[in-house]
Amino acid sequence: MSDVDWSEGALRAILRAGIRLLAHVPDAGLAPLLTRCAAEPSLRVVGLCDEREGPALLAGAWLGGLRGVLACQSSGIGNLVNMLGVSAVGRFPLAMLVTMRGEWGEENPWQVPMGQAVPAVLGAMGVRLFSLERAEDAEAVLDGALGLAFGSDQMVAVLIRQRLLGAKRFVPAGATAS
Amino acid sequence: MSGAVDRRALVAALVARRGSALLLTGLGSPAWDLAAAGDHPQHFYLWGGMGGAFAMGLGLALARPDRRVVVLTGDGEALMGLASLATIAAQRPPNLALLVLDNRVYGETGGQPTATASGVDLAAIAAAAGFSATLRLESPDRAEAALDLLLTAPGPVLVQARVDHRPLPLVLPLKDAVAAKHRLRAALGVEQETGP
Repeated sequence: MSDVDWSEGALRAILRAGIRLLAHVPDAGLAPLLTRCAAEPSLRVVGLCDEREGPALLAGAWLGGLRGVLACQSSGIGNLVNMLGVSAVGRFPLAMLVTMRGEWGEENPWQVPMGQAVPAVLGAMGVRLFSLERAEDAEAVLDGALGLAFGSDQMVAVLIRQRLLGAKRFVPAGATAS
Repeated sequence: MSGAVDRRALVAALVARRGSALLLTGLGSPAWDLAAAGDHPQHFYLWGGMGGAFAMGLGLALARPDRRVVVLTGDGEALMGLASLATIAAQRPPNLALLVLDNRVYGETGGQPTATASGVDLAAIAAAAGFSATLRLESPDRAEAALDLLLTAPGPVLVQARVDHRPLPLVLPLKDAVAAKHRLRAALGVEQETGP
């Protein structure tokens, strides 16, 4: 893990792209960005109950002239696949920030199947993929991804890698981490 | 079954009173109903994305607080999007109204019963979630009150209208979502928006 906080550059890119809406289902990996966004007065933050709501919500917002992004964990991609059809068929710009599980030092096997499938699933649906592996690249990667999404009416996802975020540790009470 | 609301008449009356409101439909019969009432740039029709109509309405309502947004959808689509009732209740958009045309069946797939056929009360669910107002419309004589709620009451509001399941002339709306998107954005004056 880097000492640089990826969420700082990410927020700068989000604001520079004219984003005024952040829809999310929370994730520990997203927590630093969600905290920054909650403190940003120009952003409307909408907590979703299900990632499926995200593409539909952002398509509706775009109809009204409002730019948004969806932030969620990799498992949530499995929940929203069919709704990507709305974005695809309407050529609605869709920008997703996806914090990855199940790929780098994961200790919860239940996260592995969906996490490992995310690139193939999103690729099959026509989502353009970006990979964020170093915190210092966050601003540039989001600039590129958001530029493609809103400049060319594309679906894009920035996969924020588990190597950058760090794997969640599961230490039972009374045990000592090895 | 009789005494229910005529869905085409209800939607036609909504369109007649629409004014500047934006109308968004879920897939299937509500889209045909809105098409039958007449096409308009303020209309957007989903042909897919089942379960997404409420969330799409919320996005549009948040983007355009100066406009009323009314989502027309069926009971099956609404049941698939139940999570959005909680999301909407938490956001409390004052300009968002939901109309569920409840025929108690999946009408596009052969008439299989939905959960509302077993008594699941969508209006009560919305009320419990925290909607500002809800109404179960069971007979045509309260249609005007339902339209008042949908078009003027502080949102979020939900009307669950009991309608019959019977064959109706199929009137298909605009299928091209890109075209529908462009004309709605143009009607709202945001089509030239290119960002800062």
